Amino acid sequence: MLRRLLSNDLPRSKVLAVLLIAVLLGLAFAPFVFPGVKALNVAAKILVFIVLVASFDLLLGYTGIVSFAHTMFFGIGAYGIAIAATRMGAGWDAVAVGLACSLAVSLVLALAIGLFSLRVRAIFFAMITLAVASAFQTLASQLSEFTGGEDGLSFRLPEIISPSFEFSEEPFLGVSLDGRLLCYYLLFVVAVVLVLALLRIVNSPFGRVLQAIRENEFRAEAIGYRVVVYRTLSAVLSALFATLAGAMLALWLRYNGPDTSLSFEIMIDVLLIVVIGGMGTVYGAAIGAVLFVVAQSYLQDLLRLGNEAVSGLPWLAALLSPDRWLLWLGLLFVLSVYYFPTGIVGKLRARSSAR
Amino acid sequence: MSLKMDVDWKPLLLVPALALLALPLVGSPSTWLTLTVAGLAMGMIVFIIASGLTLVFGLMDVLNFGHGVFIALGAFVATSVLGVMGDWTQSQSILANLAAVLPAMVVAMLVAGAVGLAFERFIVRPVYGQHLKQILITMGGMIIGEELIKVIWGPAQIPLPLPEGLRGSWLWGDAAVEKYRVLAVVVGALVFGLLAWTLARTKIGLLIRAGVQDREMVESLGYRIRVLFVGIFVAGSALAGLGGVMWGLYQQNVIPQMGAQVNVLIFIVIIIGGLGSTTGALIGALLVGLMANYTGFVAPKVALFSNIALMVAILLWRPQGVYPVAGSR
Repeated sequence: MLRRLLSNDLPRSKVLAVLLIAVLLGLAFAPFVFPGVKALNVAAKILVFIVLVASFDLLLGYTGIVSFAHTMFFGIGAYGIAIAATRMGAGWDAVAVGLACSLAVSLVLALAIGLFSLRVRAIFFAMITLAVASAFQTLASQLSEFTGGEDGLSFRLPEIISPSFEFSEEPFLGVSLDGRLLCYYLLFVVAVVLVLALLRIVNSPFGRVLQAIRENEFRAEAIGYRVVVYRTLSAVLSALFATLAGAMLALWLRYNGPDTSLSFEIMIDVLLIVVIGGMGTVYGAAIGAVLFVVAQSYLQDLLRLGNEAVSGLPWLAALLSPDRWLLWLGLLFVLSVYYFPTGIVGKLRARSSAR
Repeated sequence: MSLKMDVDWKPLLLVPALALLALPLVGSPSTWLTLTVAGLAMGMIVFIIASGLTLVFGLMDVLNFGHGVFIALGAFVATSVLGVMGDWTQSQSILANLAAVLPAMVVAMLVAGAVGLAFERFIVRPVYGQHLKQILITMGGMIIGEELIKVIWGPAQIPLPLPEGLRGSWLWGDAAVEKYRVLAVVVGALVFGLLAWTLARTKIGLLIRAGVQDREMVESLGYRIRVLFVGIFVAGSALAGLGGVMWGLYQQNVIPQMGAQVNVLIFIVIIIGGLGSTTGALIGALLVGLMANYTGFVAPKVALFSNIALMVAILLWRPQGVYPVAGSR
């Protein structure tokens, strides 16, 4: 049963299995174990990032092509919900329409970019996605009557998942049973289903072909697989999952703007999580996302402390300023690509198979 | 740079074709002339930056996503150098102005080249031959570089005013042609001439062209192509620094993110030109520069996607770029 649910892709390492179970349980009971608004926000962000990163890994880790437009699809999903909810009001029909439209837009865009650039060279894909994503970002902030411009859109969602909706007067285990909680569990269920679906995809014969292409494109083509078709399909699938992750984000925040879902920093975060967690493993996305999002919430505090500690030395203080934390992320990123290319999951699996 | 016998003329005609096509759309000939000179100037600056990148790719199959950092670095170094030489930039004499701009360019090129040497050694060399890691690592290098620039010069936009004598424009009939743009075209043409001469007439150029065509063959003849490659990388970084100075003066201000912004343009240029081809990069850069200026005037909303549309159109015609380079994968 479990084996079937995980599509035969077991953790293959005791430590990893324990970690994964801890993550699952931690997220499942987050509202009860870690009380407070900030903790719940962190947990919800982790859920969104697990889906986002796992979908990116389908492209980077399994197919071996780099896309810099992943946040574009993430943003399309978030904007889909946001625009539909702003125009049509708070109702499930708005959510459904927004989701359907954004999925359609992502599908068309990903198909066009994929067919266009992957036809020639996989390397073009990285460059073209970068160009398209930056154009899209500018477009989103310029079409302000539609997207709210730089300010973004705040919108209302169905009553049942908004914080003001109370299921019962009595708090259960010290947690008030409101729409916020329901929304969290909605995200949780969606995230679990999507991750299992991704596991199913990468462990299917289709997923094996993707890995074959990653290892040796020429040989895969020689065996008779149309490399372009498989790569494009992978790009499209990954874009669709990213769109769903974006929709999850919009449902949780009830707000969307260019900085929340389209910024290049999110793209860098996603790259870093994939590399740290382990490229080519869906589990890596889960572990990496938890580590990263938690670290993100506290690393900046740590830098602030360091900054204050060395305030006598202006140079060091400038380096340790909380505004410069991207610098440290970048360093971490380069170092992990060098010395840690298989990531946490790869290390753990290698250790347990060596034993 | 191909053999003199069979020059492929069609791509060369694209630039005048685009310019002529734009004439009826723009309407007035004087505006058209102003836009065309602006486009050529922008194209030349973009070419200076892109030439190094396309050679680096052609020779070693290294795709450097961190190229943009040298652009920003050059521009920021120029703000410091020109800031020191306030007397000469304020002077009315063009000679004194040039005497201020020239050292700024030289220092920017030296700094960018030196950083390029370190970048090659620590960022690029460990990942030769691994495309995926190259893209990731050089992107990481780009982020680190941009953040370091913010640490040194601060995150805010810094004005980079043109020296007095280079401001203003010449009037040719009704058309106003900015002086600096003419200077940019001249510098760009000089760089292209020098590059073309080096590639076509010198031993090093011969080796570079041969290396782009078939690296292993050149190596097996006993030439150390890695040394050559380091030289190209450093020269390419220095050129990016020079281009950064010119871009900064063109925009009259610099921001740390400018590298990433220009990077997008440059990728479009080298894809249009064919990865590894300098002539292709020149044509791509001129097309992009002209296109950006024409659409910016005719339909500003479309301007965002005009370059992407241009690239799409070119790739539909020649999927490997206007001058496909044999041998590079």
